Amino acid sequence: MNVKMRTVNTSVQKKDAKALVTGKPVFTDDLAPGDCLIVKVLRSPHAHALIGQIDTEKANKVDGIVCILTYQDVPNKRFTMAGQTYPEPSPYDRLILDQRMRFVGDAAAIVAGETEEAVDHAMRLIKVDYEVLEPVLDFRKAKDHKVLIHPEDNWESLCPVGADNRRNLCACGGEEHGDVNELLEQCDYVVEQVYHTKANQQAMMETFRAYSYLDAYGRLNMVASTQVTFHVRRILAHALDIPKSRIRVIKPRIGGGFGAKQTVVAEVYPAIVTMKTGRAAKIIYSRYESQIASSPRHEMEIRVRVGADKNGILQAIDVYTLSNTGAYGEHGPTTVGLSGHKSIPLYRTPRAFRFAYDVVYTNCMSAGAYRGYGATQGIFAVESAINELAEKIGMDKVKIRELNMVREGDIMPAYYGETLNSCALDRCMARAKEMMEWDRKYPSVDMGNGKVRGVGVAMAMQGSAISGVDVASVELRLNDDGFYTLMIGASDMGTGCDTTLAQVASDCLECDLDQIVVHGTDTDVSPYDSGSYASSTMYLTGMAVVKACGEMRDKILDKGAEYLSCEKDTLEFDGSRVWQPAGGLEISLKDIGNKVMCSNNNMLSAGASHTSPVSPPPFMVGMAEVEVDKETGEAELIDYVAVVDCGTTINPNLARIQTEGGLAQGIGMALYEDITYTDKGQMIQNSFMQYKLPSRLDVGNIRVEFESSYEPTGPFGAKSIGEIVINTPSPAIADAIASAVGARVRELPITAEKVYREIK
Amino acid sequence: MQIEFTLNGRLIYEETSDDETLFHLLRRKGCYSVKCGCETENCGLCTVLVNGVSRLSCSYLAARADGCDVVTLEGAQKEAEEFGSFLAAEGAEQCGFCSPGLIMNVLAMEKELDSYEEENVKEYLAGNLCRCSGYMGQLRAVKSYLSRGENRNEC
Amino acid sequence: MIRFKNYVRAESLEEAYNLNQKKSSVIGAGMMWLKVQNRIKMTLVDLSGLGLDGVEETEEEFVIGAMCTLRQLEIHKGLDGYFPGLFKECTRSIVGVQFRNGATVGGSIFGRFGFSDILTCMLALDTYVELYKGGIIPLEEFCSQKYNRDILVRIRIKKDGRRAFYASSRMTKTDFPLIACCVSATDDTYYVSVGARPAKAELAVISRREREDVEELAALAADHFRYGTNFRGSAEYRKHLAAVYVKRLFMVLDREEG
Repeated sequence: MNVKMRTVNTSVQKKDAKALVTGKPVFTDDLAPGDCLIVKVLRSPHAHALIGQIDTEKANKVDGIVCILTYQDVPNKRFTMAGQTYPEPSPYDRLILDQRMRFVGDAAAIVAGETEEAVDHAMRLIKVDYEVLEPVLDFRKAKDHKVLIHPEDNWESLCPVGADNRRNLCACGGEEHGDVNELLEQCDYVVEQVYHTKANQQAMMETFRAYSYLDAYGRLNMVASTQVTFHVRRILAHALDIPKSRIRVIKPRIGGGFGAKQTVVAEVYPAIVTMKTGRAAKIIYSRYESQIASSPRHEMEIRVRVGADKNGILQAIDVYTLSNTGAYGEHGPTTVGLSGHKSIPLYRTPRAFRFAYDVVYTNCMSAGAYRGYGATQGIFAVESAINELAEKIGMDKVKIRELNMVREGDIMPAYYGETLNSCALDRCMARAKEMMEWDRKYPSVDMGNGKVRGVGVAMAMQGSAISGVDVASVELRLNDDGFYTLMIGASDMGTGCDTTLAQVASDCLECDLDQIVVHGTDTDVSPYDSGSYASSTMYLTGMAVVKACGEMRDKILDKGAEYLSCEKDTLEFDGSRVWQPAGGLEISLKDIGNKVMCSNNNMLSAGASHTSPVSPPPFMVGMAEVEVDKETGEAELIDYVAVVDCGTTINPNLARIQTEGGLAQGIGMALYEDITYTDKGQMIQNSFMQYKLPSRLDVGNIRVEFESSYEPTGPFGAKSIGEIVINTPSPAIADAIASAVGARVRELPITAEKVYREIK
Repeated sequence: MQIEFTLNGRLIYEETSDDETLFHLLRRKGCYSVKCGCETENCGLCTVLVNGVSRLSCSYLAARADGCDVVTLEGAQKEAEEFGSFLAAEGAEQCGFCSPGLIMNVLAMEKELDSYEEENVKEYLAGNLCRCSGYMGQLRAVKSYLSRGENRNEC
Repeated sequence: MIRFKNYVRAESLEEAYNLNQKKSSVIGAGMMWLKVQNRIKMTLVDLSGLGLDGVEETEEEFVIGAMCTLRQLEIHKGLDGYFPGLFKECTRSIVGVQFRNGATVGGSIFGRFGFSDILTCMLALDTYVELYKGGIIPLEEFCSQKYNRDILVRIRIKKDGRRAFYASSRMTKTDFPLIACCVSATDDTYYVSVGARPAKAELAVISRREREDVEELAALAADHFRYGTNFRGSAEYRKHLAAVYVKRLFMVLDREEG
């Protein structure tokens, strides 16, 4: 099909924009029935403990309390809360309620009652006897520690990811290509450093929440703020040990996800209450709970060795990642892979690479999926190491990248051997350099007032969907009067995919955007989609739309031929009519839509699934300019320049906002957002008072441009945009600070005190 | 206790418990635009106008609203649509969860500030957190909203 | 979140005082800090009906009601005229406008919080606290008192000719301060107040002639205080910041004098 772009690559407004800006009740808690039971979770105060007795007698007597559940009341069948395609790489290490508490905040009991006051009161009256055990809090000591986090017999790993619960290992593995050690020995310049990133919180404004009820058929209906509607259905079936056919999951508007809601953090609690009581039940996580008991980024410590010859040509890269999955293994085996697979392939020149990793259990909060998904951590490490290498060589940091960066047409051995069909990384670098006035500012400018401005650079890549795994499906229907219904299984989480997928459909069908009605995700209605994660929505679901539209056009021609009583191959469809260029016959789409409502045997409906054998990487270059106070180490971000190659931008405005938003999150990770624990395992940054998201005064000036390549396997040449955008700020800002005052900070966030210590 | 206050232009008599927050009361009264993003007064999502002043309804006692004039986004639909159209034109509403609180504070800012210089605007809105947009699109929207009509005399 | 049974809007200070004598009572000011505490009380006493919500300027002093909000303090023309930029600087970083429309001066001062910008600022001025029973006492004396059940009615800042400047260091622009410094000067004396160490602000009064060099003088001032470590920063770093910021404030004051 050869159609020209009419709405694709234009900045149409989101279909839900008006409802959102006028504050209409479209979110989970706005829709929950008024008589929902309020569900809360009593949480462990200990990082590692075994529950002996739980005395709920007094609590049960509180007026309005309907049900209190403990580990004795839930199925003893382990599952994972990770929203991944079955069989999940994440180990089955969860129960809804367990006897063993594995982090401060782990679920000890579920309390449901008529009012929040009653539930709060009852929670204070529950007496839990804990046998407190030694916790494992240092992830560097977790592997083969004498204390086991998951000693249970029914722990299970479904996939060969190198998991071993007897060693506190959630996964381990590695690969080597060429002889890294030998090549590094021959190098003129070698950098070996260790980099440390923290368990950042996604901190979407809408905390985790869900409500459930039984419908007229006695089925469990779950309305959840989730990115993975279909995975929620499967995970609930596993957790509750009931057939999937008895569950329906609906996603309303959701207030941000960023990967947090790719884990089924909260849904099991109201679900089991509804199953036990038959009553509607809802849970709304407090910000405190969302901070201490959720699904943040995996803390990683990454050792990088990288070497170059005397001309600055890279010879070998060696990456070892230690990842902290916390108490449970959600996304542990998969995130770690990206720390190598999305960092090493940025460079075409190394003749050898090695990537090895361990993912360990500890008694910290379980980690999960956060935008970037391991790539963010790996890119901070590798890009920082490249910058340090350039310093060692005495080479401009843009120059070393120009010499070594991956190019269109390259085969990438460290990226599953894929061939790079689309890549504008070189153009991104050239443009970013211009925008930043790099040559004038590099490496630093002394402002003469005790402050120095420095610039820094980093490159990034991501994937577009999980190759050979993710599946996207859409269904398209023609309705009377000739408008279409597009049913998708991908979750719009504010990013605008309901709109951008409609843009794709509208161009494929040559109609106005208003002619496409998009139906958000409902497992009873929508076709299967693995969900909105792994940078898959536009690349994968977009292609499913393209396919379905092609089928629809064909069926419309069939109907046109039938109604016009002529041969199909004499007809054309131009979006509003089927017509015969030679003979002058025609019938409008409106008439076809109306005619099929009467005496018709063929439904005008098209459905398509799409999966991809490749995961084409988007690319970007980020450059930061900071101003550092030489006396105090305080660094202020002045300017951030980003140039992105996401293939064709389906909606430039929304792509820009994705980029600006991802950069702001990356800036938060680089400079402000810390996660630390007390020696008892309590997480300190447990509120927005202590966990500092950047405000609008903290992000400097962000400038974004696009340098598009054309990806032949994507819809209208598109790749992905959602995740890559968070990857450059940490290495670029760290480098800008190093350029300004010579302080190289290798542990995030880069606080003023750390900079001060390095200056000293 | 009984309180009497004006909610979005209508006089309301309402029974409230002594320690209920205005946030809870407003949601109870169907003002679902009012959102909660934290419990610690850091996010600005629950911003409403009390006697024309932007306040965090999550830390404002309902009892104190007695005799006051309270406006939520439900009572400022025209303004919401107007400013919202600038926000949507940038795609900056994104998930939309923080939009109502932001819009209420923009309305308060429009009335209160004499000068809409960028630094003043950013500082006034600093208490409204957003995790989707990176703030730049919001700033573009606020700027074009505040300068709307400036060119009207040209034609 | 705090819970209580009875909300009482006091009709007089006497009534508020009497209600507040019970341990089960608490005075509700801006409700910012109080609300996030997990406490159960019988009675919350509200002072908002007592006309304590403004700033009054006389020949000799500024009289600030306990219920005056931080935002009122920030934008008060009289205060800004007498202490140019000072109150804007010590308030503008506190969370956001909506927060400052709620938080009160009385709440900030009575709480004597370690992180208080307001306390740090006012301590460097000739400030007095007016207590319902305890009378008018210097702010510094109030800071060293134990918490009691008296009621803070007003803050009085004397127009004694001091000029003052304020500076703080924060991890994000609207975070709690990592260090907060205020310095005021008369002809021969510097009043140096340093808060968020992370303990509550204290005052050092030093002679401007004690050292020639401004850096040495600042180091001397910073030496007056004890510093502690929390997750925002170490004691050592806070002390360093205090010395740097106090030095810079000295320099601003010196420059102003021309």
